[in-house]
This record gives sequence, C-alpha cells and structure tokens, in this order.
Amino acid sequence: MFIKKYIQDIWGAVKSLLTGMRRTMYYFTHHKEIITEQYPDNRDTLQLPERFKGEVVMPHDENNEHRCTGCQACELACPNGTIKVIFKNEINAEGKKKKAIDKLVYHLELCTMCNLCIEACPSDAIKMAQTFEHSVFDRNELTKILNNPGSKIMEGVE
Amino acid sequence: MWSFSNIANNIHAWLGNNFNPTMTLVIEMVLAGVAVIGLFAGLGLVLVIMERKVSAWMQIRLGPNRVGPKGMLQSLADTIKLIVKEGLTPDGADKFLFNLAPFIAMIVAMLLMAPIAFAKDFQLWDLNIGVLFVSAVSSIMVISILMAGWASNNKYSLMGAMRSGAQIVSYELSAGLSILTIVVLSGSLSVSDIIYSQADGWWIFKGHIPVLIAFVTFIIAVTAETNRAPFDLAEAESELTAGFHTEYSGMKFALFFLAEYVNVFIVCAIGATLFLGGWMPFHIGSWEGFNQVMDYIPSSIWFFGKTFFLIFVIMWFRWTFPRLRIDQLLNLEWKYLLPISMINLLIVTAMAILKWHF
Repeated sequence: MFIKKYIQDIWGAVKSLLTGMRRTMYYFTHHKEIITEQYPDNRDTLQLPERFKGEVVMPHDENNEHRCTGCQACELACPNGTIKVIFKNEINAEGKKKKAIDKLVYHLELCTMCNLCIEACPSDAIKMAQTFEHSVFDRNELTKILNNPGSKIMEGVE
Repeated sequence: MWSFSNIANNIHAWLGNNFNPTMTLVIEMVLAGVAVIGLFAGLGLVLVIMERKVSAWMQIRLGPNRVGPKGMLQSLADTIKLIVKEGLTPDGADKFLFNLAPFIAMIVAMLLMAPIAFAKDFQLWDLNIGVLFVSAVSSIMVISILMAGWASNNKYSLMGAMRSGAQIVSYELSAGLSILTIVVLSGSLSVSDIIYSQADGWWIFKGHIPVLIAFVTFIIAVTAETNRAPFDLAEAESELTAGFHTEYSGMKFALFFLAEYVNVFIVCAIGATLFLGGWMPFHIGSWEGFNQVMDYIPSSIWFFGKTFFLIFVIMWFRWTFPRLRIDQLLNLEWKYLLPISMINLLIVTAMAILKWHF
C-alpha cells in the first residue's frame, strides 16, 4: 500500500508539473498573447480593461443636469473621507424649499478607487472614469468639484 | 575544415617554433586563462539577456526592448551600471571574508571549466578523473555561499547561507548518483572517454528508461545545486530580500550573479556531455548517409546547441514552478530522489553487466 501511494505521488507530481510546463511553453511560442501595453508610445490606441477605475466623475446630460439628490450615501460609504457633499436650499416651481447639492467635493489625492461610493449611490449619479494621467504640480488641483457650475438635478430623480 | 582543435594546434605549433618549451607552456596557460575569462564575460551577457527574454515570453510580457535592437544590449548596459556602482563593505562585516567570498565563487566556476570538452579534441585539461573532479570541485561552491552569508553580519544572509548549505549537501548525493550511472555504463571517469563511448548513439537513447530517469534526476539535482528556482531558497527574494548576497553591491554582487549563470552553463555542459554526447553529433546505429550528414555540422555547434537546450529547460523550470519550502525541499531529496536514484543505479549496473544496453 505504501509503495502504491509513493508511486501515485510521483506520478501526480510529474503530471501536474508537465501541465504547468505545457502552459508556459504555449505562452513562449505564442507571442500574440503578450498583454504588455507600451504605454507612452501607444497613448492614442491604448485599450484599457472594462473594469479599470481611474477617478470618480458625475455625468451631466446636455441640459447641464445631473442625477445627484444629495443623499450623502457616497459620503457615508467612503472609508477615507474622500467625498464631501455641500448643500444649498433651492426653491422649486411650487415655491417650496428643497434641499439640493451646491458642491460635491471630491479629493482625488485621498481616493483609493475602491468603488464603494458608486455601489452606494441609489440614483447612479456618479461613476468611475477611465482617465488615469492625474499628476499635477499643485496638490490643490486634485480637489475637484464634481458637479458643473450652474447644474441642477434632473427632472424625476428623487 | 575549420574547427577549434585546428586553431589550438596552429597556435601551439607557432608558439613551439618561436619560443622555448617553458615559455610556450606559460603563454598557453595565459591564453587559456584569458579565453576562460572571455567566455565568462560572454556567457554572462548572453545568459542574462536570454533569461530575461525567456522569462518575459513565458509570462506573456515583452521583456527588455529599449536598449539596442530588440533590447539585446540590455545586459551590456547593466554591466556598465554595475561596474560604476560602489562596492560597499558594511561596517559590521568580517571584511576579509566578505571580500573574499565572491572571488571564491568565481574561482570555483573557473576550475569547473577545465575538464569540459567544448569541441572535438578541444579541452583545457583531459584528466582521467574528469567527472570526479567536477563533482568534487562543484561542492566547494557552498563554501563561498556560507562565507558570504556569515561574513555579512546580517540575519537574512545567514539564513540564506544555512539553507543553501542544507540544500547543496543533500542534492550533491542524487547528482552524484545519476552521474555514476553514466560512469558505470561507459566504464570511465574521463570526459573524453565518456564522449567517445557515445559515438554510436547518446546514452539517453542507448540506456533505455533507467538513463532517462537518471537524466531527470540529474536535471532536478543540478537545478537545486545552482540555487535556481524552484529551489532558490538561498536567495528567496520574497522572504530573505536576496539571501546570501543581500549586503553585496556593485561588482562584488555582479561576481555572484555571474558565478550563478556560469554555474548553470557548467552543469548544463556536464549534463550534455554525460547524457547527450557532448560534442558528438547525432548518430543512429548504422545509417551511414545520415551519420555523415550529421558529422558535417561542426562539433562546437553540437556542444553549444545541446548545452543551450539544457539551459533553456532549466529556465523553463524556473519560470513555471513555484518555490519549494525548506521541508518540502529536503523531503523531495531524501524521500524521493535519493531512493529512486539508488535503485536506478542498481538497475543500470545490472544492465551494464548483462550488456542490455545497445
């Protein structure tokens, strides 16, 4: 019985090692599979993976309207205080006061691209963009205001 | 026809005509030394770029591709960088041993070049115990590693050196036993005799399955002896930063690095000599036409072709397998390789006595 297990062990080891070696030999002989992006050279044709996360942005439509209700779910979800929501009171058509966002401040220098704010957002107001060339000379440029100036909330988003 | 042995003979004849015998011997020794150092430098450059390209392609990367055509001058640029770097000796180190260790590593690699036959009748020293010489001298390598680890006064270095000691002492056994199978079959310890015994076919074909097992054991054991992945516990970047050469920098580090690659070349050359016929062309029994075509290829190309094939196999191992833990490493040697190679040696001895091989 001991001998049988011994030989089985050797057989299994040889077989699994050969499987690995076959895979690396396949890659060695198939240069088309190479996934290296020669980045600064191919900036124009760069193909980023679908799930690559560069920074948080807030999409606006053609009427300069966004979907953010100011519910603060993103601010609460953020583990390191990257997002701050600043409010203002807006008076709507019926003369009622309504809470709306004044600024959605986003600190890119603190962001770890964890995607928790996007998952927390109930109205899909923010999403991850694929831009990644973020280096600047002044740190203040990394503090961004996500909503465009003069923008307001889209009709029908609560 | 052009060959290494012709060149060597011409130089010898010319020196013999122009100088007295003592002077001739001295000049020939100097020439051999320079040739070995030149070969070392060339091997270092070629093997480093080869390793980087092979590893890159196996990991679906491009590898170095900026310096020179297709990145082929990368290792030359690295060498220049290493030469201009400062060779620092730490304050707490044992200065004499610390500076001596890289040179011992290098000298061992140089000594191992002596009995290797690079081409037909082209050998530095055809001593009658060539194989024994190689296995004896190659075990001095561990002294330089232990010396480097001890003298660095650094716990990573010491741990790397101790692991390396355990590893080399264990794997010498199965490497030695698999070398013995060929010694038993060819009946000689001399490198040139072993090569001539393969004139009608390499041992790996003539010796059936037992020699194949011995070959696999030999490759595994020498991979461990040269401290390469998957047996690179002595340096283990992820655990011990760089193991025994953590404290080395500049050219002293480069000497260790070079010694590693030259050792890989040497063990592959020994493997090619013992199992794949050294410079002997590929011959099949009595096919006269085929054998003559094969003889047409120069013997040096056969030797370097086989050696580089084995080097490629060892690199293939390195970039495929994960590193073993120290207990797994010792289990593999003492529980698997050693018993297998002992039984294998018995079978080969029976084969040699009963003349079962071709």
